[in-house]
Amino acid sequence: MDEFVATFFNLEVVRAASPILLQGLWVTVQLIVVAVPLGLLGGVILALLSTIRSRWVRWPLIAWVDFFRAFPPLVLLMFLYAGLPFAGIELGAFGAVAIGFFLNTSSYYGEIFRAGIESIPRGQMEAARSTGLTAVQAMTWVILPQAVRNVLPDLVSNTLEVVKLTSIASVVALPELLYQARQAQSVTYNPSPIVAAAVIYFLLLWPAVRLLSRLEHRAVARR
Amino acid sequence: MLSGGAILEARGIHKHFGHLHVLKGVDLVVAPRELVFIIGPSGSGKSTLLRCCNRLEEPSSGSVVVDGIDLLDRRTDINAARRRIGMVFQSFNLYPHMTALGNVSLALRRVLGRSREEAEEIAHAALRRVGLDEKANAYPLELSGGQQQRVAIARAIALEPRVMLFDEPTSALDPELVGGVLKVMRELRESGMTMVVVSHEMGFARAAADRVLFMDHGLVVEEGPPAQIFGEPRAERLRGFLRDLDRH
Amino acid sequence: MTNWEQFLFTFFNAKVMAAYLPKIIDGFFLTVWLALLIVLSGLALGLLLAVVRSFRIRPVNWLIVFLVDLFRALPPLVIIVLIYFGLPSVGLAPSGFVSTWLSLTFVLAAFAEEIFWAGILAVPKGQWEAARSTGMGFAQTLGWVVLPQAVRLTIPPLTNRTIAITKGTALGSVVAVAEILSQASAGVSFSSNPSPLTLGAIAYLVLFVPVVAFGRWVETRFAWKR
Repeated sequence: MDEFVATFFNLEVVRAASPILLQGLWVTVQLIVVAVPLGLLGGVILALLSTIRSRWVRWPLIAWVDFFRAFPPLVLLMFLYAGLPFAGIELGAFGAVAIGFFLNTSSYYGEIFRAGIESIPRGQMEAARSTGLTAVQAMTWVILPQAVRNVLPDLVSNTLEVVKLTSIASVVALPELLYQARQAQSVTYNPSPIVAAAVIYFLLLWPAVRLLSRLEHRAVARR
Repeated sequence: MLSGGAILEARGIHKHFGHLHVLKGVDLVVAPRELVFIIGPSGSGKSTLLRCCNRLEEPSSGSVVVDGIDLLDRRTDINAARRRIGMVFQSFNLYPHMTALGNVSLALRRVLGRSREEAEEIAHAALRRVGLDEKANAYPLELSGGQQQRVAIARAIALEPRVMLFDEPTSALDPELVGGVLKVMRELRESGMTMVVVSHEMGFARAAADRVLFMDHGLVVEEGPPAQIFGEPRAERLRGFLRDLDRH
Repeated sequence: MTNWEQFLFTFFNAKVMAAYLPKIIDGFFLTVWLALLIVLSGLALGLLLAVVRSFRIRPVNWLIVFLVDLFRALPPLVIIVLIYFGLPSVGLAPSGFVSTWLSLTFVLAAFAEEIFWAGILAVPKGQWEAARSTGMGFAQTLGWVVLPQAVRLTIPPLTNRTIAITKGTALGSVVAVAEILSQASAGVSFSSNPSPLTLGAIAYLVLFVPVVAFGRWVETRFAWKR
């Protein structure tokens, strides 16, 4: 047992590694702050485009969304990071992560917003337009607020996935939390820094998981 | 009231939900082949009493003996006892993922351990008794409410219960579908089934019941043959209840 | 050479592609195999946990809820790395394949348990009562009446979650599993040409576009039907 603790919960190792773990956490936070709003914005745009009934918009849009949902995000990231430089496009680690995340997560957010908009009865739009609101105003003030409320659990759930996904940035040597933890592990020959990173992720995300679980159960109970 | 030969004998039943005292010492004794009707305003505890009789609700105190078996004894195999007590619910509670035949034969196979052929033969016979054998392969969603309730009755009688409990069997039905269900219940009665019915079908109570219990606020306020309960009610609360019914 | 020819020569180099196609195909089948294993073990474990949870034994349920929360909160790559780089310190040395399989199995099981449990709770109480009133026991009622309905309710969310998690097989490349991405990356470094990566991308599309389309179909097919 002592050996187990010394191996996986070695406080001395963790203390020594804590400065770079904190640096890693800071980069992770920066990634989240960039990726989540960008993904939400892209998602809203995709969802609004999907309300256009023309098939010249509809089919390319479905193809676009399914393409980026079918692609494992890590594959997309590797393509941007290791493939594009051959075409003379150097995005750098952060650029590749930002663009890859935008393409991937906006497709997921887009599907969620689309489902939300489709859950609002047509009468809402008609009522809003009948009071003189423009289509854009009706969308902004009447449809979207209701749509967001209807799909709130899915939005929270997807955001949680996006935050967890930032850990794949370690593969392209972006010095976020997991990357720094592995650096520390390879220097100290002790896995405690990785355990510490896991604990940090858990403490960071546990409240969101609890909230989600309650939202989901409430959604089930309402039916 | 003959207590010795009773099929169902519930005595001194109390039931608390939190600090709500729903049943305040109720006796319900039912003789073989008897049809007992329980009436009363909503919230009077009639459904709770019925559900205590097969321990879907655990009485807070009292005793329930069905066909000589003490239901509240820890050593009693409650599942074996429940097979002898058929129950029909207000909302039918048919299994939506199974056909009518599947609904009726499930317990025959899983509880009584009958083979598929045997179980289906019994199930077909039960469905014939409720006049729905031609719907044996229909799913509940494809049936009307009245038909669903008749399948639910078939599900209960297929197990050859010694007594059947009906919990507002027609309350969820459109008026034109009530008749079919009552007809099946009348036929059951004529075949000698012992029945306890919680219902608002006063016409049926008048015509078919041997005895009527009026419950209010967790107590049996008055009981007697239907002619007495409906013809010359004594308790003020019963008279008020019947007046309100006439008005609606 | 025009720009377009240059682009084709770089990303769709026929010679390089031909050379690495067999490797990518190997990786393809390994990915399929790994994904199938994860789906089977993850869903089975998730269902088992949901069934155990329905017995409502307090301390057991606390443990299940904690484990489910844990594996929903941790990034899958962190779990993979922890198992692959951590366990050797105590004398266990799971391969990259086993590490990835175990990690994603736990993650899928956690999500599946939540979804199955929500499904079990969504089955109306009357179904339990009807079955119990015919003399069926708790386990029989759960198995014959409640679970068949619960599983049906859970098919759409479960399908999408399962697809999302099986795409995580690409994370195995980090711990030397010779799946598609790993083979493609190795090909890029050997040939100094990105065509193997293009090939890998196509392999993923061949694998997952039908799966995503299937998920879309399942969603509309089972939506609001009970």
